[in-house]
Amino acid sequence: MWQFFHKLGSPKWFFGISTRFMPWLLAGGVILLMAGVVWGLAFAPEDYLQGNSYRIIFIHVPTAFMAQSVYIMMASAALVTLVWRMKLADVFVKAVAPVGLVLTFLALFTGAVWGKPTWGTWWIWDARLTSMLILMFLYGGVIALDRAINDEKSAARAVAVLVLVGVVNIPIIKYSVEWWNTLHQPATFKLTEKPSMPAEMWVPLLLSVLGLYLIFGWLACVRMQTEILSREQRTRWVREFVMKGRV
Amino acid sequence: MNAEARPVVRLAGNSVGALAAMKGVFVRDMKVAFRQRQDLLNPLLFFVMVVTLFPLGVSPEVSFLREAGAGILWVAALLSVLLSLDHLFRHDFDDGTLEQLVLQPQPLFLLILAKTLVHWMLTGLPLVILTPVLGVMMHLDGNSIGILCLTLLIGTPVLSLIGAIGAALTLGLRSAGVLLSLLIIPLYIPVLIFGTGTVAAAAEGATVGAYLALLGAFLVLALTLAPFAAAAALKISLSNG
Amino acid sequence: MAFDSFSAFIAMEGHGPYVWACYAVFFVLMLLMMIGSVRSRKAIVESCRRGYEFQADKSKVAASPPPSASFARVNVSQD
Repeated sequence: MWQFFHKLGSPKWFFGISTRFMPWLLAGGVILLMAGVVWGLAFAPEDYLQGNSYRIIFIHVPTAFMAQSVYIMMASAALVTLVWRMKLADVFVKAVAPVGLVLTFLALFTGAVWGKPTWGTWWIWDARLTSMLILMFLYGGVIALDRAINDEKSAARAVAVLVLVGVVNIPIIKYSVEWWNTLHQPATFKLTEKPSMPAEMWVPLLLSVLGLYLIFGWLACVRMQTEILSREQRTRWVREFVMKGRV
Repeated sequence: MNAEARPVVRLAGNSVGALAAMKGVFVRDMKVAFRQRQDLLNPLLFFVMVVTLFPLGVSPEVSFLREAGAGILWVAALLSVLLSLDHLFRHDFDDGTLEQLVLQPQPLFLLILAKTLVHWMLTGLPLVILTPVLGVMMHLDGNSIGILCLTLLIGTPVLSLIGAIGAALTLGLRSAGVLLSLLIIPLYIPVLIFGTGTVAAAAEGATVGAYLALLGAFLVLALTLAPFAAAAALKISLSNG
Repeated sequence: MAFDSFSAFIAMEGHGPYVWACYAVFFVLMLLMMIGSVRSRKAIVESCRRGYEFQADKSKVAASPPPSASFARVNVSQD
């Protein structure tokens, strides 16, 4: 068990294993995402309240879901960085933060565009939109802090502290924004909630969520490998990999 | 200012208890602060100026000011606390006092708590004292001003405590000031929401006890967690070399 | 198929611009991010390779006896 743990922390081991998995992640992710999107766009039945604009859901929900779970993953990795000082954990945080930022932006953008035909306005200070916006600020702060500190090790640990402080705050922010929202405006604008989604709608949604998850896994692997290569340039195994093309 | 003029922290050795060490840091920081009085005035001036911008920039209408006044005062207070945070550790970092503080046998988070307390007493508290004057200028009624002061009294220590984490993280970096705001503003949002929300609720005639209790909960949470995070961040920043 | 014709699929009963704009931005950003990540990985491999080759050349030069002055072209990395 402990040996496995140590192995997991070794950049070399990760590099080898991720290289083997990456094609499968990418292929599976693209196939699932495309299947979900095509199904959702062309074959899923029309929503009787929102018409066709609801088809944005097949990318809006996956991005919003990923944006939040990426932050949770980062927070777990940050905890590992601080407690066990595992090298891979801080490589993960650093590699994944920009992906999280882009996913959050996409969730906001698709939400705003969806809002135009549904609510009649691009932006409302809806609780969910607002807390997503704040999540984007948190990602931005993490990236900015990481860029600002030159020393690799202290950058990793400082970022880990920031991510953990952020994750303590996320439920507070979410709760307070919801509270604020009910105080300031009656809930006239709400996503129409239907009793239950028919299977023709939630199956493609599930497919695209899974697909995006796998694509994120692939992206994380590529970016982590980049970071590992640049950190371990002086080791023999990187040299062998670069010159001979194998780990 | 030369180094000899700055009072030293006298708390070396295990013989000094944690409380005595906190008191030492507190007294010393107060002394240092009062030798640089301009630094004490700057956040207050900033506060007043930001508040002045709103009637000039948006509208001097009584109805607007009455509605937005509490929010404006809260945002201005938040910004001026943010502005002053850069000084929280900066001077001590520059002259090496901070490293000595980290090396003390007493738990670092208690010493940071003392430093943060000084910071709040010198920025947050004067802001609260100044608020009634500005509240009158914003045409707020007496009840609102009272509630506003109360929320600021509970809220500004939270701002100082969370800010200490950011100040510790950005210590010694180039462009630390802007970075500090980027990191800290998202974390300030809940305090702002509940601070202004309480005043709004009071204006509508609701009872505000529950809201104040929530703000108090934030304060307790920040008091217990923030010094630990700030201490961890401070150690990381100092090892940065 | 939820639509009668291809043009109905594009129009989406007037919601077409919104839906298609969302999907376009989503795919463009995702592709850019994926391509960018792969390219920066390639770039780092390439720069490592150049670094190693440069080191190898240097150690070769150091091992061989110093050559007499010549006008032969010398391969030096421009970075």
